[in-house]
Amino acid sequence: MADGTVVDPAAWTCPAPLRGGERVVLGHGGGGALSGELVEHLFLPAFGEAARAATPTDAAVLSVGGERLAFSTDTYVVRPLFFPGGNIGDLAINGTVNDLAMAGAQPLALSTGFVLEEGLDLDALGRIATAMGAAASVAGVQLVTGDTKVVESGHGDGAYINTAGVGRIPAGVDLRPERAAPGDVVIVSGPLGMHGVAVLSVREGLEFGTELHSDTAPLNGLVATMLARAPDPADLHVLRDPTRGGLAASVCEIAGTAQVGVELEEHAIPVPEEVRAACGFLGLDAIQVANEGRLVAFVAPEAADAVLAAMRGTEAGAGAAVIGRVSAEHPGVVTARTGLGATRVVERPLGEQLPRIC
Amino acid sequence: MCLGIPGRVTAVREEHGTRMATVDFGGVTKSVCLAYVPEVGVGDYTIVHAGFAITHLDEDSALETLALFEQLGMLEEELGAPQPAPTGEAVS
Amino acid sequence: MKYLDEFRDPALAERLLREIRDTATQPWALMEVCGGQTHSIIRNGIDQLLPEGIELIHGPGCPVCVTPLEMIDRALAIAARPEVIFCSFGDMLRVPGSRRDLFAVKAEGGDVRVVYSPLDAVEIAAGHPDREVVFFGVGFETTAPANAMAVHQARARGLTNFSMLVSHVLVPPAIEAIMSAPECRVNGFLAAGHVCTVMGSWQYEPLARRYGVPIVITGFEPLDVLDGIRHCIMQLEAGRAEVENAYARAVKSEGNLPARTMLEEVFTTSDRQWRGIGVIPESGWNLSEDFAAFDASRRFELEDLTVPESSRCRAGEVLQGLIKPSECPAFGTECTPRAPLGAPMVSGEGACAAYFHYRRLDPPVVAHG
Repeated sequence: MADGTVVDPAAWTCPAPLRGGERVVLGHGGGGALSGELVEHLFLPAFGEAARAATPTDAAVLSVGGERLAFSTDTYVVRPLFFPGGNIGDLAINGTVNDLAMAGAQPLALSTGFVLEEGLDLDALGRIATAMGAAASVAGVQLVTGDTKVVESGHGDGAYINTAGVGRIPAGVDLRPERAAPGDVVIVSGPLGMHGVAVLSVREGLEFGTELHSDTAPLNGLVATMLARAPDPADLHVLRDPTRGGLAASVCEIAGTAQVGVELEEHAIPVPEEVRAACGFLGLDAIQVANEGRLVAFVAPEAADAVLAAMRGTEAGAGAAVIGRVSAEHPGVVTARTGLGATRVVERPLGEQLPRIC
Repeated sequence: MCLGIPGRVTAVREEHGTRMATVDFGGVTKSVCLAYVPEVGVGDYTIVHAGFAITHLDEDSALETLALFEQLGMLEEELGAPQPAPTGEAVS
Repeated sequence: MKYLDEFRDPALAERLLREIRDTATQPWALMEVCGGQTHSIIRNGIDQLLPEGIELIHGPGCPVCVTPLEMIDRALAIAARPEVIFCSFGDMLRVPGSRRDLFAVKAEGGDVRVVYSPLDAVEIAAGHPDREVVFFGVGFETTAPANAMAVHQARARGLTNFSMLVSHVLVPPAIEAIMSAPECRVNGFLAAGHVCTVMGSWQYEPLARRYGVPIVITGFEPLDVLDGIRHCIMQLEAGRAEVENAYARAVKSEGNLPARTMLEEVFTTSDRQWRGIGVIPESGWNLSEDFAAFDASRRFELEDLTVPESSRCRAGEVLQGLIKPSECPAFGTECTPRAPLGAPMVSGEGACAAYFHYRRLDPPVVAHG
């Protein structure tokens, strides 16, 4: 049966300035629509031409002496600091390494900035630092510079870490959300939802028992393999690591930027049973839950088989799967075919589904 | 609000004078209050809402219901009436 | 997941749909009064898959959506107090009051915490004897036993710093109000499965008789919803109007007796204002006199508030099933989850939010498979 009034999907994204509130709310950090609005309506107008011209990607690409450098930064505020599968230190290194990798860059060097709360246990800080060193070593990246500040007790939850990184993009690599094109195959590198669920399982007030651990991992090795084994590195159109906001946020952003439609197949999206169970009783959608060791790739159709096979040959990409295609229909809107064969729209989460998840 | 999920009781204990359980939902476990289901014990399935077990899930009934669904349309199929093919895909 | 996945089997769904198609000889309009079922229907596209002529009308089944504006404002006023730790289920946090929501109160320094169970709020009270802990007790009958136990436990543990702001609503009076409305088009009801797990199915017998409508107790997974619809249509085609249980694995006719006993002890019935509908007599639960010490609306001195609703928000008509969310002129334009005019656009189970999240395409993409 048909619905009544015609609803234009493009019209719902309000172009007016931020309304309804004079303060930052938790939702602004969620990586969803509220975060996007904060960037678009508060930061970009203040930051000048270059910022306004840039499209939303994980890393900035700079031309320096004939080479292309990727430059990215990220700040980590996860709570609690330690969770099954890792700690804030692992996220801080792998997260920025991955942002660079999504631009096709081989990470060269990272800076580390710490804001520590007076009273933080030195032993805990030592474990965080050790994790960072180990993660950097695995990723093959140098930690070359940093800074440490301490704030009074009561102002800052133990530790906040910022990492910024720079990497070199090889010739022939062109990874940008605008390159998503009808016909592209959408591939995810492995099972989804593990990081978000692992952190929630030790979040005060929610605690539940699970064997799940965070999937935090560097992806630069996987990306290098994908670029090398594709018929042409330019066959890889877009890479994104679905952190806050999950797969849904990443795919929706890409669809919006490229103004293409994306059609996903729900049954093809790999979600571990435990993640589904946890999402079941928490009332969450697994495709909106954060990941820290996965990527989603938009690949030219003629290269998809080769890229998928290459991914499955690696440890980081062993669980890779095709989950959908890009279409010329419904530009900017992502749909999913449900198990029953009906179609639903996939949303980016509005605000803070899972606060302080990474 | 009506979010009630089935899970299996794996352990039972007392907390503040109330009967509590560890319930397993497909590999994820949570602490649940059994005060309203005195008949439920280890190995039983229950439906959990807001941290409370609200009923003993009747497994026989569940299996009967599914068997009934399987039977639907079986007679027509046996008589050879044309049927659209089922989609047959697994649901995530 | 056991006893969940089996009830999502697409092949069996196809059989149920076929049965429904073969059984229905004329148009029928069915109403579900349960936010969880509304969500399941829209999320799984069940209304898209039903044969032409079988219409699902979404009733006022989302307790978050029907919580009156005055109650939200009362909650906001309490949450803003410096001595209070305000605990709530997640879905209440973004429901707009007359000027702001709980997230905004949190941003201004209020201690607002999301909990999974009301017992978590009792634990917080035990751990913070210097603070006043208030739990926002919203929900249908399904949630009431949990809230009742929280209050009961608080008293048993001798806690003096715990109270509950209660806004419970009941399904049978809502069905009565819907059926009494002159514009009512409903031919049959799907009754909320877990509400009946607690209360039983006996309450619906007089309603089925008085209004001559079939009432089928229905679960939440796709096969459960389809089976509930199937039973309802079978009754309608045969001219029957009975209470039937299509969720037998979780519902007994007498419900959960220990829970019902507790509910009778802790709550008393009262008239309740339903947002967008008006006052429905005897349709709500408040804390009984015996538990007055734990009633937050008595513990905190608050002005009596009467707040007018946004004139653009047509939540009332949506909640009564008179219009579909997409028929509201504000849908998707002025009223979105980002800036909702009314509660049904905010709550995860609200009809407007469900339509917005899953159905923004036009024309609707026809189901394939």
